[in-house]
Amino acid sequence: MTRTRLIDPKGWIFLAALAAFCLVVPLLNLGIPEGSGLHLPTYLVSLFGKYLAFALLALSLDLVWGYCGILSLGHGAFFGLGGYAMGMYLMRQIGPRGVYGNPVLPDFMVFLNYKELPWYWLGFDHFAFAALMVLAVPGLLAFVFGWLAFRSRVTGVYLSIITQAMTFALMLAFFRNDMGLGGNNGLTDFKDILGFPVQAQGTRVALFVATGIALALGYLVARFMTVSAYGKILIAVRDAESRTRFLGYRPEHYKTLAFTVSAMMAGVAGALYVPQVGIINPGEFAPTNSIEAVIWVAVGGRGTLVGAALGAVIVNYAKTVLTGALPDAWLFALGALFVVVTLFMPKGIVGTLIERFGSRRARAKLPPEPEIAPKLAEEGQG
Amino acid sequence: MIRILLLLLTLGLSGPALAQSDPYARLASDSYGDIETGIAGLAASGDPRAGAVLAALAEGRLLYRPSDKALFVKQGDGLVEARSGGAATAEGLKPVRANNKIRRALEAAQGQLNLVSTDPGKRREAAEAVFKARDTSALPAVETALAKESDRGIKRLFEQARAALLLAKPGTPEADRLAALPILQARGDGDSIAILRTIAASDPSETVKAAAGRGIQAIETRLAVAAAAQNVWYGVSLGSVLLLAAIGLAITFGVMGIINMAHGEMVMLGAYTTYLVQDAIRAHAPGLFDWSLAISIPCAFLVAGAVGVVIERGIIRFLYGRPLETLLATFGVSLILQQSVRSIFGPTNREVGSPGFMSGAFDLFGLSITWGRMWIVLFSFSVFLGLLFVLRKTAFGLKTRAVTQNRRMAAAMGIRTPWVDAMTFGLGSGIAGIAGVALSQIDNVSPNLGQGYIIDSFLVVVFGGVGNLWGTLVAALTLGVANKLFEPYFGAVLAKIALLIFIILFIQKRPRGLFALKGRAVES
Amino acid sequence: MMTNLKTWVSAAALAGGLALASLSAGAARAQETIKVGILHSLSGTMAISETTLKDAMLMLIAEQNKKGGLLGKKLEPVVVDPASNWPLFAEKARELIAKDKVSAVFGCWTSVSRKSVLPVFKELNSILFYPVQYEGEESERNVFYTGAAPNQQAIPAVDYLMKEEKVERWVLEGTDYVYPRTTNKILEAYLRAKGVKPEDISINYTPFGQSDWQTRVAAIKSFGSAGKKTAVVSTINGDANVPFYKELANQGLKATDIPVVAFSVGEEELAGIDTKPLVGHLAAWNYFESIDTPENKAFIAQWQAYKKNPKAVTNDPMEAHYIGFNMWVKAVEKAGSTDPDKVIAALPGTEQKNLTGGTSQMLPNHHITKPVFIGEIKDDGQFDVVNKTDGLIAGEAWSKQLDGSKDLEADWVKLNCGNYNTKTKKCGGA
Repeated sequence: MTRTRLIDPKGWIFLAALAAFCLVVPLLNLGIPEGSGLHLPTYLVSLFGKYLAFALLALSLDLVWGYCGILSLGHGAFFGLGGYAMGMYLMRQIGPRGVYGNPVLPDFMVFLNYKELPWYWLGFDHFAFAALMVLAVPGLLAFVFGWLAFRSRVTGVYLSIITQAMTFALMLAFFRNDMGLGGNNGLTDFKDILGFPVQAQGTRVALFVATGIALALGYLVARFMTVSAYGKILIAVRDAESRTRFLGYRPEHYKTLAFTVSAMMAGVAGALYVPQVGIINPGEFAPTNSIEAVIWVAVGGRGTLVGAALGAVIVNYAKTVLTGALPDAWLFALGALFVVVTLFMPKGIVGTLIERFGSRRARAKLPPEPEIAPKLAEEGQG
Repeated sequence: MIRILLLLLTLGLSGPALAQSDPYARLASDSYGDIETGIAGLAASGDPRAGAVLAALAEGRLLYRPSDKALFVKQGDGLVEARSGGAATAEGLKPVRANNKIRRALEAAQGQLNLVSTDPGKRREAAEAVFKARDTSALPAVETALAKESDRGIKRLFEQARAALLLAKPGTPEADRLAALPILQARGDGDSIAILRTIAASDPSETVKAAAGRGIQAIETRLAVAAAAQNVWYGVSLGSVLLLAAIGLAITFGVMGIINMAHGEMVMLGAYTTYLVQDAIRAHAPGLFDWSLAISIPCAFLVAGAVGVVIERGIIRFLYGRPLETLLATFGVSLILQQSVRSIFGPTNREVGSPGFMSGAFDLFGLSITWGRMWIVLFSFSVFLGLLFVLRKTAFGLKTRAVTQNRRMAAAMGIRTPWVDAMTFGLGSGIAGIAGVALSQIDNVSPNLGQGYIIDSFLVVVFGGVGNLWGTLVAALTLGVANKLFEPYFGAVLAKIALLIFIILFIQKRPRGLFALKGRAVES
Repeated sequence: MMTNLKTWVSAAALAGGLALASLSAGAARAQETIKVGILHSLSGTMAISETTLKDAMLMLIAEQNKKGGLLGKKLEPVVVDPASNWPLFAEKARELIAKDKVSAVFGCWTSVSRKSVLPVFKELNSILFYPVQYEGEESERNVFYTGAAPNQQAIPAVDYLMKEEKVERWVLEGTDYVYPRTTNKILEAYLRAKGVKPEDISINYTPFGQSDWQTRVAAIKSFGSAGKKTAVVSTINGDANVPFYKELANQGLKATDIPVVAFSVGEEELAGIDTKPLVGHLAAWNYFESIDTPENKAFIAQWQAYKKNPKAVTNDPMEAHYIGFNMWVKAVEKAGSTDPDKVIAALPGTEQKNLTGGTSQMLPNHHITKPVFIGEIKDDGQFDVVNKTDGLIAGEAWSKQLDGSKDLEADWVKLNCGNYNTKTKKCGGA
C-alpha cells in the first residue's frame, strides 16, 4: 500500500487559498483607507470570520460522516457548547460595566435574583480555563455519548436520531432560565476579549485571522487522522464495520476517538463564532441548525474535507446575499439549491469536480453511497 | 351581599324610585353598574318578557336608543320593542354592552328564570347556573322548583344548588348547614370543594367547620385518584397526537427508508386544506359546518397525497438506494413548501373552527374528558387500524411490502415498482395530511405547523423500531403517557428532557428500537 | 415590477460568483434618498407576528413619500429578512447600517433580537425604533422604545382585575423567557405589596411553542377551586397561545369563572382562533382596533386599502410603529438632518397624536407616554374596551418594584445616562 501524502494537491490549493484570503482581507480592511473603492468594510471581515467558523464546523462533521460513516444530526450541540464556554468567558470580562453595575454577576443574574455566581461559572474569568473548557466540554460529552453508543453498536439512522435527540434536549435545557446561562436571551453584550475590545477593527481582524488559522489546523488534523494508519481502519469501519470487527479491530475505539476529536473541533468553531457574531443563545442547539450543517457538507462534497469547508462558505454566503436581496423569496432559492445539488451533483461540488477531473486514485477514495437507513431494499443479498 | 349593597347604592344615587320599578330603563345604558341592576330587577320582576330580553342581552341582540332610552330586540332581520314585543323600527341604536360582571349576573338571572322551564335541558343548565352564581336571593325559587321537579337527576342538581345557597346565605340554622355539607361532598367536584373551603375557613360554628374539613378531605382523596387517572388520559391523548403525526412518517421513513424532512409540511398542507374546506362551507353551505371535518379528511388526504406523489416522481425516485440524499432533498422541499404556503396564505394563523360535536367536555367516573380530545384519540386509532389493514390485507399492501423488501425480486414478479413507490409515498403523505385535519383542531394553523412535529415524529418512529407499525403505536403511547405522568412533578420542560435522555439510553440497550426487525436484512 | 426585476437580476449576478465585490457595492450608490431599514423576520417562527409590521412600515413610508418625502428627499425602505435567527439579526443590522447606510432602523420583536442588535447600534451609532411591549430594565442611547414598559401594561391590568373582578388569587402563567420572567417578578412584588398572600400566587413557566396544555389548564382549574376569585395573568408567547385558548375553551373554563388577561394576545393572534368560547377573556394594550376615533378609522381604512384586504386587522405594535415613525420624521425635520446624533438629541420631547385620541410624547428615557386600555374579547375577534387609564402613563425604563433597579434612572437629556444610580450618584453603565 502506498503512503498517502499528508497534503495532496487539492489540500495545497485549499491551504494556499485560505492563506491568501487571510492575508488579503486584513490588508484590504486595515491597509486601505476607508472611502477608497478597494476598502473592505469591517462588517464583512466579521461576516467572513463567521463563514470560516462554519467551515470548521462542516469540516469536523465531514471527519465523522465522510470518513467513518457517523451521520451526526447533533453537531450543533458541540458547536453551541464551545460557544457557551467562550460566551461565559466574555461575560465575565464585562465586569462592572453591565447595566446594573454589579462587579461579579452578569445582568441577567441580577434581575433573576442570583446572590452569587453558580459553581459552574467559576474559573471562566481566566481565558486559559475557558479555552480548556471549549475543548473539554464538547469533547467529554462526545466521548461519553460515543462510547455508550458505539459500544452498543448503535448505527445508521438510529444513531442520527439520538444525536438529534441530544441536541434537542440541550436546547430545551439551555432555554430554561433556571440553568443560569441566560435562558432564551443567551449571552450577549460582550466588551473585551483578552483585554482587547471585541468591537474594535483590529480585534475583529485578529479574530478573523485566528479563525482562518484554526480552520487550517483543523484541516491538517483531520487530514492527519484520515491518511494515517488509523485513518485506513476508520475508512474500513465506514465501508464494512462487521468485517473490520472480524479482522480483530475494535471499531468502537476508532469511532469514539474520531467522534471526540470532531466534537472538539466543532467546539473550537463555536468559540470562534461567538465573539464575531456577538451573541450565543440556545437557538444554536436547534436541530435544524445541525441538519443545515449536514447540508453544507453534502453540498460541498462528503468525504473530501475541502468540499465540506467550501460547502459551508457557499451556502452561508448564498444565505447572506439572498436574505438581503430577496427577503420574501430566499427560502425558495435555498430550497431549490438543495434539491438541485442532490439531483444533479450527488457527490457535492468538490466530489463532482474530482470525478470529472481527478485522478483515478482520487476518485477511488470518495465514499460509496451513504447507507444510513436499514437496507430493506436489499434483503437476501447481504 | 355586595350586589345588594351596590343596588341600594345606585338607587340612592340616582334618586327616583322609577328605576326600581322599571328595569328596562336601567338596561338602556352604557354604565355596567346600571345594566347589572337592570338585570337583577328584570329577573325579580316576574315580567313575562324577562326571559326573552335577557336572552337577547346574552346574545348581543339587545339594542337601545341613547336619545330616549328606548330598548329594542333584534329578531332575525327585524326589530321588536323590548317591553311589549311588538314590531318596531328605529334608527341610531347602540347595543347594550356586556362585560364579565354582566355576563355573570345574566347567567344567574337566566338560571333563576329557567328553573321552572318546561325543557329539562334548560332546567339542568339553570340548576348549574344557580349553583355557580350563589346568589342567595334565588333560594325561594330553587325551593319551589325542587318541590315540583320529577326528574331524579335534575332533582339532585336542584338539591345541590339549594345546599350551596343555604351555605352561602347568612343566618341559615346550623342543622341546615350541616345537612347541606354531605350533599356537596357527594357532588365532589372543584366547585364543591371551593364552597367547602370557604365554609371551613369562615363558618362561625366549630362543628360545621370540622364537618366541612372532613368533607374536603374526602373530596381531595377522590380527586387525587381521579387526577392520576386524568393524567393517564392526558397521556393517551398526547400519545394519540404523536401517533397521528408519526404514522405517515412510519410509512415514508419506516417502510420506504426515505428520511422525509418534508413530512411536517404534509401535515401542514392537511391543516390548510381543512381551512379552505371550512372557508368554502362557510361561504356556500353554512348548514354543513358540522360536517366540515368529515369532508376535509378525504380532501386533505388527496391534496397531501397528490403533493407527495409529485415529490416522489419529481425528486425522490432518483434517489432510491441513496437514503441520505433524500434528507437533503426533502429538507429543501420542506423549505419551499413552507415558503409557498407563507406566500399564498400569509404568515399569520388561519382560523379553523370546531364543529359542535368537538367542543365541550363530559364526565366519566370523575374524569373530565373533552370531546375534542376524545374524537382525536378515536380518530388516531382508526387511522392506525385502517393503515394496518391496507398494508396487511390488500393487494396494494402486499405489493408495497414486496417492493420495500426486495425491489428487484418484486420487479421480476411483474410488480410495477415505480407505481408502487409513488403510491406508497402518496399514502404516507396523505395520512400525514389527514393528521393535519385533526391537528388543526388543537394547534396553530400556520406555515410553521409542521416544524413543531417533525422531531417528535422521527423520535417516535425510531423509538418504536423503524419499519414496524405496532412499534410506532406503542412508542407514541408510551412517550405520551410518560410525558404526562412526569409533567405535574417536573414541569413540561424537564419532563421532555428526561424523556429524550431516556430514549437515548434506551437505544443503547436496544439499538434497533422497541420492536426490532429480525434477520440479516437489517444489518447494513 | 422594476424593483422586482432589479432584485432578480442582482440576485442572479451575485449567485454567478461576482459577488464578493458587489457585497460592498451598495455603499457606492449616490445619496439621493433617505434610507430607512426594516428589520423584521419574514420567515421562521416569528414571521407570524413580524411580517405585518414590515408591511405597516412600508405603508407608512409610502404615505410619507406621497406627502413629499422628508427634507425634500424621498424615503427608501430597505427590507431584509433576519429569519427569526438572533445572530442573524445582529448581522443584518450591521449590513443595514454599514452597507446600506440607513438613517434609522425600525425592527425587532423578541427581546433576544433586540439584545442581539444592541451592541451593533451602539458601535455604529445608529437609531433603532423598537415597537413591542417588553420587560423594561433597559434604556439605551440608540434605541427608542415605542411599545409598552411593564408599568404601561401589566400593572394597570392587575389593578383592573383587583378592582372590578375582585380577584384574590393569581396564576401567573408565562413562556420561559425574559419578558414573562421579569413581568411576573414585577407583578409578584406588586401583588405582595397589595397584601396578596404567597400561597395565593402561582407562577408557572412553559417552553416556547408549548402545544399540549391539558395538564396546565387542569392545574389552573384546580388552583381556582379554593373558594377565592381567581384570575390568570398570561404572558404566554405567540405560538403557544392558540393551543392554550383552544384548551381553555374545550375544558370549559369560561371568562365568568376564571378570567385570563393576556399581554401578548392582540387582534392578529385572535384572527387564528374561533373566539366564541373565549368571550370575556381580557387583554391589556395601549391600542385596540375597536377604539373609535377619527385617526384610528383613517388608519384602519388606509391599512385595509394597502393590504387590499377588507378583513386585515390592526394591532398595538403597528400603532407603536406609527407613532415611532412619525416622531422620527418630526425629529429629522427639527434637526434638519438625518445625522444620528442630531436626531437622537431632537427626539425627546417630540409629540405625536396617537390613534386613540391622545398625544404621546417621547420621554428623556427614550420611552413614550401611552394610555392603557383593558379589552374583553368579543365573538368577532375584536376587543371591547372595558377600562381605560385616566390620561397617559409615562413608560418607566427601570421598575420601581424590583430591588436591582429601583434606584436606577434613565435620562438622556439632562444626565446623558441610561442607568443613573440615584443612590451612588453615578452613571452605572459604560
